[in-house]
Amino acid sequence: MPDEQSEVRLGLTAILPAAVAVIPFGLLLGARAVEQGLSVGEVALMSVLVFAGSAQFVVIDIWSEPAPWLIIGVTTLMVNIRHVLMGASLAGKLGAFPALAKPVAMLFMVDEVWAMAERRALDRTLTPAYYAGMFGLLYANWITWTVTGAWFGRLVSDPYAFGFDFAFTAIFITLLTGFWRGRQTALILAASSAAAVAAKLAVEGPWYIMAGALAGVLVATVVSTSEAADRVEADDGI
Amino acid sequence: MEFDTATLLAIAAMSVVTATTRLSGLWFAKLVRPQSRIAAALQAVPSAVLMSVIAPAVFLQGPAEALAAGITLLLAFRLPMMAAVVGGVAAVVALRYLIG
Repeated sequence: MPDEQSEVRLGLTAILPAAVAVIPFGLLLGARAVEQGLSVGEVALMSVLVFAGSAQFVVIDIWSEPAPWLIIGVTTLMVNIRHVLMGASLAGKLGAFPALAKPVAMLFMVDEVWAMAERRALDRTLTPAYYAGMFGLLYANWITWTVTGAWFGRLVSDPYAFGFDFAFTAIFITLLTGFWRGRQTALILAASSAAAVAAKLAVEGPWYIMAGALAGVLVATVVSTSEAADRVEADDGI
Repeated sequence: MEFDTATLLAIAAMSVVTATTRLSGLWFAKLVRPQSRIAAALQAVPSAVLMSVIAPAVFLQGPAEALAAGITLLLAFRLPMMAAVVGGVAAVVALRYLIG
């Protein structure tokens, strides 16, 4: 069993770029939420209980008084439906987690934590300590900066000005290189890109993520079946 | 510190929905037989989701973002992650300034 302290430290280090990049977005979200009529306490409560940046941004955009809870719930579902696929994939990598720790880990599965955990699981066993280091920092960070934004108002008007938005794209690109497995991956990425771009152009909202994800997975069923067949043939040859 | 009933209800709805989507993966994974075609397809989820999330920024946002994505990719093969990310962000800031 790897040393827990160093695992926590490695988890913290892995998530640090995402934690820094999210600061202006947290500030902006808090400020916008207050402009839309939420109190500072309500902003804090939302970040503590929901902890889902993209859903919170979309929901604050459509917020009105009194809060339309049903529309807000349905919108949250629309943004977060990708978690089902992400969780199904991550569930297979939680072998080192005690039974009760698995659902806890899942509750803190934000995009960046999920992506880093998947990347880690490629090389080593994903430990609870590593995972806790990642989500612990990101969770405390998210609450701190959304509440700070709610308290002080518009400290940041445009996170795009300094390229903070692109930090997430850059993080995901560097992670993607780790998942490269040759021709099969090329086909999956091509299918996901094409479907995501087409969906983004065709419909408003976050549907492009599910469209691209499902297209990639669909292609994988076809390619992996043919590769499995190749393996069987190879085994027969021995 | 004020709390409005409708707002609390909305936050509760968000919280329940988000927790459900996050937990449902555990349940879903239990239904998948190992060695099945679906199990094999699930291995593609990380690549497929990551690609889908970044696709609009890479392909639709503009030439600065598309070029910076290419630069980030090249850096990612040569540098540690943190350096590649910082390089990619620096590239997008410079390219947005130069070519909009």
